Amino acid sequence: MAREIYQAIVDGVLVGGVYALMAVGLTLIFGVLDIINIAQGVLVILGAYLSYVLSTRLHIDLFVGLLVTVPAMFVIGVIIQWAFIRRLRGRERTSMTLLVTYAVALIIEGILYEIFGPNPKQLNASYVQSSVRIFGFYLSDIYLYGFALAVLMVVAIYLLLYRTTFGRSVRATMQDETAARLVGIDVNRVAALTFGVGVAVTAAGGMMFGATNSFNPNSGYDLISRLLAIVILGGLGSIGGALAASVFMLTVESLVDIWSPEWAIVVFYAALVIVLVIRPTGFFGRQPVRAQ
Amino acid sequence: MRPHLPWFSKNGLALSAAAVLSAGLVAACSSSSSSSTAATSASTSASSSPSTKAPIVIGASLSLTGDFSADGQAFERGYQLWASDVNAHGGLLGRQVTLKILNDNSSPTQVQTNYETLFAQDKVDLAFGPFSSLLTTPSASVAARYGFALVEGAGGAPSVFESPANMSDHNVFDVSLPIEDEMLPFVSWIASMPASQRPKTAAYPMADDPFADPPVQLAQQQLQALGVKTVYSKIFPAEVASYKPAADQVAATGAQVVVLGSTDVPTVAAFIQAFQQQHYNPKMFICAAGPDQGAAFTSAVGKPNATGMMVPNGWYPGYANAASQAMVQAYVTKYGGSPSGVNADVAEGYSVGQVMAQAVTATGGTDNAKIISYLHSGVTLSSVQGPVKFDSLGKNSAAAAFTFQWQDNGTTFKQVLPVSAAGSVAIINPKPNWTS
Repeated sequence: MAREIYQAIVDGVLVGGVYALMAVGLTLIFGVLDIINIAQGVLVILGAYLSYVLSTRLHIDLFVGLLVTVPAMFVIGVIIQWAFIRRLRGRERTSMTLLVTYAVALIIEGILYEIFGPNPKQLNASYVQSSVRIFGFYLSDIYLYGFALAVLMVVAIYLLLYRTTFGRSVRATMQDETAARLVGIDVNRVAALTFGVGVAVTAAGGMMFGATNSFNPNSGYDLISRLLAIVILGGLGSIGGALAASVFMLTVESLVDIWSPEWAIVVFYAALVIVLVIRPTGFFGRQPVRAQ
Repeated sequence: MRPHLPWFSKNGLALSAAAVLSAGLVAACSSSSSSSTAATSASTSASSSPSTKAPIVIGASLSLTGDFSADGQAFERGYQLWASDVNAHGGLLGRQVTLKILNDNSSPTQVQTNYETLFAQDKVDLAFGPFSSLLTTPSASVAARYGFALVEGAGGAPSVFESPANMSDHNVFDVSLPIEDEMLPFVSWIASMPASQRPKTAAYPMADDPFADPPVQLAQQQLQALGVKTVYSKIFPAEVASYKPAADQVAATGAQVVVLGSTDVPTVAAFIQAFQQQHYNPKMFICAAGPDQGAAFTSAVGKPNATGMMVPNGWYPGYANAASQAMVQAYVTKYGGSPSGVNADVAEGYSVGQVMAQAVTATGGTDNAKIISYLHSGVTLSSVQGPVKFDSLGKNSAAAAFTFQWQDNGTTFKQVLPVSAAGSVAIINPKPNWTS
């Protein structure tokens, strides 16, 4: 039994890394722009398909391919923000973004169906099937790389937000949009770029998802509820919180799976409720600045 | 960790609640809710001599998007291929056939709405079934309410036949193999081995689905009776975060046989990947579904890894039946690919059309009461999947169960069990190790 528990913890941590990669972009957009991006799951799948095209058509390694897919997804994110979200203002903005991003999801899904059809695809590389034996456990190479990538991504976004002029503009805009305008910050540009960054990092999540799961254009819908639960548990806008919450939630689910797979999902969401009752702002949430 | 963005909106909690509710909404529509009711009218119009008679309109709901979209779209091709063939030969009773296909998005609630629309609003003449047992059960109750015969090819679970609506109205007719018994050739094959050569241990991971579980549970029961020890038997939700933990648990048991209660290719592919990563090579690996998906399966898992994978079914592209071979040829001509890549769903859909056509011809019209009565008369009908004869609950009692296996480095899909059946070739045992 001890071995099963250790294996479950290892699996939870590694799979949590993959989910963190998918959730980081969501928490960035969610926390910074107050936008509930229902399209996040489909954007993950879009990222997976971009990696699939590069891998199968151009034989580009999955990780090297991120040099192409991340900028491509950034551009797609900026276009989505410019075309669909920029105009949403006022009190109904939050609820309207639900509908708009859902519409975006449907559009992307339809395009993917049209291009790739419904049959499932999977990303392949030598390290997708291989593993390394450590302390008697086989640790999957792709999951190890994914976890490392998740940590790197968190650090990169942290540096972007706290060590660059753009990051200061983002934070200033969200603390007080009017004041930010007064000091000369182009808040529309900041919003577009932030949305773009959020979608760009999803390219990495998509690649990891596609390398560890078969996917078709519909696969994103199963992800969104889990991703939202993760970013809420981690604390809205907390990049590190997304990683911590992913690892926590997936480890809990993996542990419960040993005894009862049917209860594993229930416990996943029950854990969210329990943590929010004890700490309403999530693991790394803070008191609302704008309410002060 | 510091990277927190301290702009938690004053409506943060409300936003959180909205987010979770939204997620629930999406999950509920889940398997996604894209074009929900949007009608994908796949009409197949006359190709030969134009008829002055009104066409026979046949309604169906299929999962063209959502979790079952790969199967649903393959089924659509089967229906369309049949309609094209019928119309090319003058139609039914001299009337052309038109298909009215609605997309149910793989949703058990949307499928009911679709059949309501087809019966009450579109006034279709006849009805073909949806994909999967999960969607056939609710569809059958709607069909029963409107007095329609629901001829289907993918609702073979006991829960379909034993639903209150069907027990009362007897209006469901499944042209395919009833799924509960489909693993029996595999069990019989193991039983035929000398006791010393039988596998000692088996694992039974199952997706929570009315299609996937019954055959695996029956196989487990019978293999246990043969002395094959169960080392893992769990039902996991159909939409788990990752199959890896469950697959790793199976790998840790080192079971010699894996009987996977799968519903689709992604489930099988995820287990294969995890088994590879754990350096675990079961000697036998049979799945309720997935390997029967032709090229969709081999492209997801890779042809070398497909080798030795088994799946029970009643049909395969190499089936020695003239009508089946003609259908496979017509399919390859129309859609491309190779015969081995033809999805079994295509044959199931095509068979639905064939059986309905024989009923319409025999009863001389589209009176559903007469069709129901005819199909329950004990008559034996023909289809590309072989003979069809319905029992009182609409199961195809004439269907023969076979086991198929990918061979020749994942390039050919062959019938291997029952060993004595015509067309069976030597089974690959044990399954080759996974290939990176």
